[in-house]
Amino acid sequence: MNESGMSEPLISLENAELTLPSDAGPVEILRGIDLKVAGGETLGIVGPSGSGKTSLLMIIAGLERATRGNVAMLGTSYGGLSEDALAKLRGENIGIVFQDFHLIPNMTALENVALPLELAGLADPFDRAGTALDEVGLSHRHTHYPGQLSGGEQQRVALARALGPGPKLILADEPTGNLDGETGEKIMDLMFGIHQRNGTTLILVTHEERLAQHCQRRVVMADGLITSDVTQPMAAD
Amino acid sequence: MAPASYKLAWRIARRELRGGLSGFRVFMLCLALGVAAITAVGWTSAAIVDGLAADARRLLGGDMEMRLVHREAKEDEQAYLAANSRQLSNTIRLRAMASARDNAARTLVELKAVDEVYPLIGEMALQPEMDRDAMFKTTDGLPGAVVDPYLLEKLGIQTGGVISIGKATFQVNAVIETEPDRVTSVINYGPRVMVAKEDLAATGLVQPGSLIRYYYRVLFEPGTDPTAWRDALSAAFPDAGWRVRAANEAAPGVRRFIERLTLFMSFVGYTVLLVGGVGITRAVNAYLESKSRTIATLKCMGAEAGLIVKVYLMQVLALALLAIVLGLVTGIVLPAVSLYAIMDLLPVRPIFGLHAGALGTAAAFGLLTAVTAALWPLGRAREVPARDLFRAQAAPLSVTPRRVYFLWIGIGLVLLTGLVFLTATDKWFALWFVVGAIATVGLLKLAGSLLIRFSRRLHPSNAILRLVVANVHRPGAATSGVILSLGLGLAVLVAVVQIEGNITRQIDERLPKEAPAYFFIDIQPNQVAEFDRIVTGIDGTSDLRREPVVRGRIVEINGKPVSEVKIASESQWAVRGDRALTSTAEMKPETDIVAGEWWPADYAGPPLISLDDGLAKGFGVWVGDTLTLNILGRRITAEIASLREIDWQSLRFDFAVVLSPGVLEGAPHTHIAAVRASEAAEASLEKAITDAFDNISAIHVREALAAARNLMEGISIAIRAVAGLTVVAGAIVLAGALAAGQQRRRFDAVVFKVLGATRKRIALTFVLEYGALGAITAICAFGVGTLAAWAVSEFLMHMDWTWLPAEAVATLVMALLATIALGLAGSWRILGLRTAPFLRND
Repeated sequence: MNESGMSEPLISLENAELTLPSDAGPVEILRGIDLKVAGGETLGIVGPSGSGKTSLLMIIAGLERATRGNVAMLGTSYGGLSEDALAKLRGENIGIVFQDFHLIPNMTALENVALPLELAGLADPFDRAGTALDEVGLSHRHTHYPGQLSGGEQQRVALARALGPGPKLILADEPTGNLDGETGEKIMDLMFGIHQRNGTTLILVTHEERLAQHCQRRVVMADGLITSDVTQPMAAD
Repeated sequence: MAPASYKLAWRIARRELRGGLSGFRVFMLCLALGVAAITAVGWTSAAIVDGLAADARRLLGGDMEMRLVHREAKEDEQAYLAANSRQLSNTIRLRAMASARDNAARTLVELKAVDEVYPLIGEMALQPEMDRDAMFKTTDGLPGAVVDPYLLEKLGIQTGGVISIGKATFQVNAVIETEPDRVTSVINYGPRVMVAKEDLAATGLVQPGSLIRYYYRVLFEPGTDPTAWRDALSAAFPDAGWRVRAANEAAPGVRRFIERLTLFMSFVGYTVLLVGGVGITRAVNAYLESKSRTIATLKCMGAEAGLIVKVYLMQVLALALLAIVLGLVTGIVLPAVSLYAIMDLLPVRPIFGLHAGALGTAAAFGLLTAVTAALWPLGRAREVPARDLFRAQAAPLSVTPRRVYFLWIGIGLVLLTGLVFLTATDKWFALWFVVGAIATVGLLKLAGSLLIRFSRRLHPSNAILRLVVANVHRPGAATSGVILSLGLGLAVLVAVVQIEGNITRQIDERLPKEAPAYFFIDIQPNQVAEFDRIVTGIDGTSDLRREPVVRGRIVEINGKPVSEVKIASESQWAVRGDRALTSTAEMKPETDIVAGEWWPADYAGPPLISLDDGLAKGFGVWVGDTLTLNILGRRITAEIASLREIDWQSLRFDFAVVLSPGVLEGAPHTHIAAVRASEAAEASLEKAITDAFDNISAIHVREALAAARNLMEGISIAIRAVAGLTVVAGAIVLAGALAAGQQRRRFDAVVFKVLGATRKRIALTFVLEYGALGAITAICAFGVGTLAAWAVSEFLMHMDWTWLPAEAVATLVMALLATIALGLAGSWRILGLRTAPFLRND
């Protein structure tokens, strides 16, 4: 197990459990997770289907509440926060990238990117959104709707949307899962490039071992538990 | 939340709406339809009522009208009226028989004798055009008359022809195109004949006790306060016994009729909106379900739940406003075009204005319904978990909204109910409607959930039946919504069909059986013996009933002036003016005494009354109480000895107030008679009586009934049109529910095809499912609709109720076949789908 010597971790989970009800009785999804992630780290979570990777991501994002244990960001425990406070916390600190992009179909690329900036009440949301789109190489696609963009372009818009408000943490759930190999590669380069430039913490759930190799830490999950947490000597290219 | 959040919510809502209106079609149609129905009813009513108000002085024929029955105003009374007005005009009205001199044709007419200043307001329009002097000009020794064109048609004569009325003969100088103070009434007794006042005496019709009405109309000096004028008049002549009416009280009959019809039609309109409300809830739910990914995305990006609700509430409001405007425009244009087309048949000239009150009411109903119906799905959308984004399939919106949404929905329902009460002219009717609506919705909801529960327990061995049963109860099934919305629409239709059927039966079957062929009025006491002899001497006549009649007013109830007694609205007519009274010794065989006892045949004690039971209820009196009558200036206080139940709708010959024998002796009275006659004998009966007595008027009941039936048919069309809208609304909801289920059906159909089912078998499952749902809905609608029809007929219309299952079932079957065909038409496309592309995509 990795024991990073951090003063105030960005994310900390202590014995976090997640049990969901079902017709066949309660299902234990996460069974006592201890994890600390320092600011600026890159973390790859791998493991077989059903091991609890996505659920762990949801708990970190505050989208799912831990049934037991504690989850905190910069020392603020999620347990004491209301749903709206959690939403605010996400808006200010966390950017999420999904496998299915989840762009809002009736909004242009620029509007999609501007949306979290507007929600956070930041000034000049459209100027900032334009800059974010330029950063991901979509300066010529501002006024296009998601349906008019290719899969790779859509994911770049989603990336720009996640990065727009300048979050401390990016959570990415299989960000290349719906993309062909070459496009996926470009997206990963973009993500890691941004991490290097801005020092944003990156937590990545992936099936692809090669992608996890890019990360400073590689966490392996199985059956709701972390079975391995290894700091990798150097990020492979 | 800060105003900024509203701006942001509106920005997001606007972007969302770029997706077009396709998700809101059912929502908008349901809402627009309901608003259009309520607008159409309210606007039409306002157009006519405002038309009445605008023409009130013309219709009344002055600023104030005093009406006396039987007697002319005394000299001092006339002098007072003349001294206290700018101008005074006197007209006299009575019913009489008119006959053509050159042929045997004759008919009952409404005779009106006018003075030289008539009309005080407006102009007579005549054909050929002529002035007042020419109207009544004497030609060849015959005084002139102007007549309704219908009289010429009926008597088979032309302008210039000669008619006899009573003992006098007139030459028709012109036909009347417009009579400014004439209000078309529901039942006209005959065409108008207008003569000069000075020529009336020659007819010999002005006899003691004859039903003659004297009207005195005045024009005020500028600045006169009508209330003060009226008060001064009643102070000067407290016992004149005249009915005084101001301009705003003109045509009260038309106003009451329009109000009743509006009331009834409004409630049908509210039902359209109620059905629409179900559709709105379903449509908003389906729309928000389709938006659950977007909602989850917004939440992931930090949107608070309150903002989500605002974003979608604003969309609902924006589209609701659009639908309301659409409904308002449709609700004005359609009736305006219809009114314009039938303007000549209307009692007044409608005012084609905006009628903001009617529009405001319809808009308020629409907005409240839209918001209240949308609250439930909005409350659910608020709870959409952002984590759904990480799942492959978004779950249907199935969470229960927070408690505060129950409170808001409750407030919405209370406001809607309040609006119903506020706008209804009859609060009892409103209460009935609200209670009935709640009971109906509850019953249909119960039927829906019972069906779902029952089908869960069914496990048929046949695969198709298994699928049919599963479609009824699976999560997200439209069962409950379809039964509710379609059931409401069909129930209204069943109710309307049966109510209408009952009214038609009343007119077509029951009345001709029980009603007499003729009423004869104004029979003088010295003509009675001869009258009886002629009637009984004609073959084919029977059941001659003749009673003495005087006109009198009820002035006090238990010693208290009627103006100070609280009298139910349905009994007000009895104290409004002079009513026909009779006095009889013997009880008629069909009399139904419900309290007290009839007096002995040789009774000679103090005056007693046998009163209509309905009036007794309206007056709040019972056996032993007293009524004081003013009969031609004489006051008689009589004790109520018995109460009778009278079925007025049978048109049987009866009196609300019957006095004990001897009370009317000495009072100038006439006789009224009712006679039955075979159709063959009718003509000879009328001829024999009117030939022998030129003062006796014959009212032909069948003709009066035909007029009533014509009117009913017109009203029926209007009522059916509005009631039909409830079914249209139900069908839209059904179509919406089916469309929402298409995705799942498509999936079912593909899987079935993959497993080897033929299209025929798949179609069969659809037919069975819609058929089962339709049959259950029809049974519920049949029960609820019949119950409503019975309640309306029995308690609101006080009509004998006949169950008409055949008509109701026929209507149901037709409506159901149409809706099932609609459902199948939507599903048919699915059957033709190729499976491969679907499977590759999914």
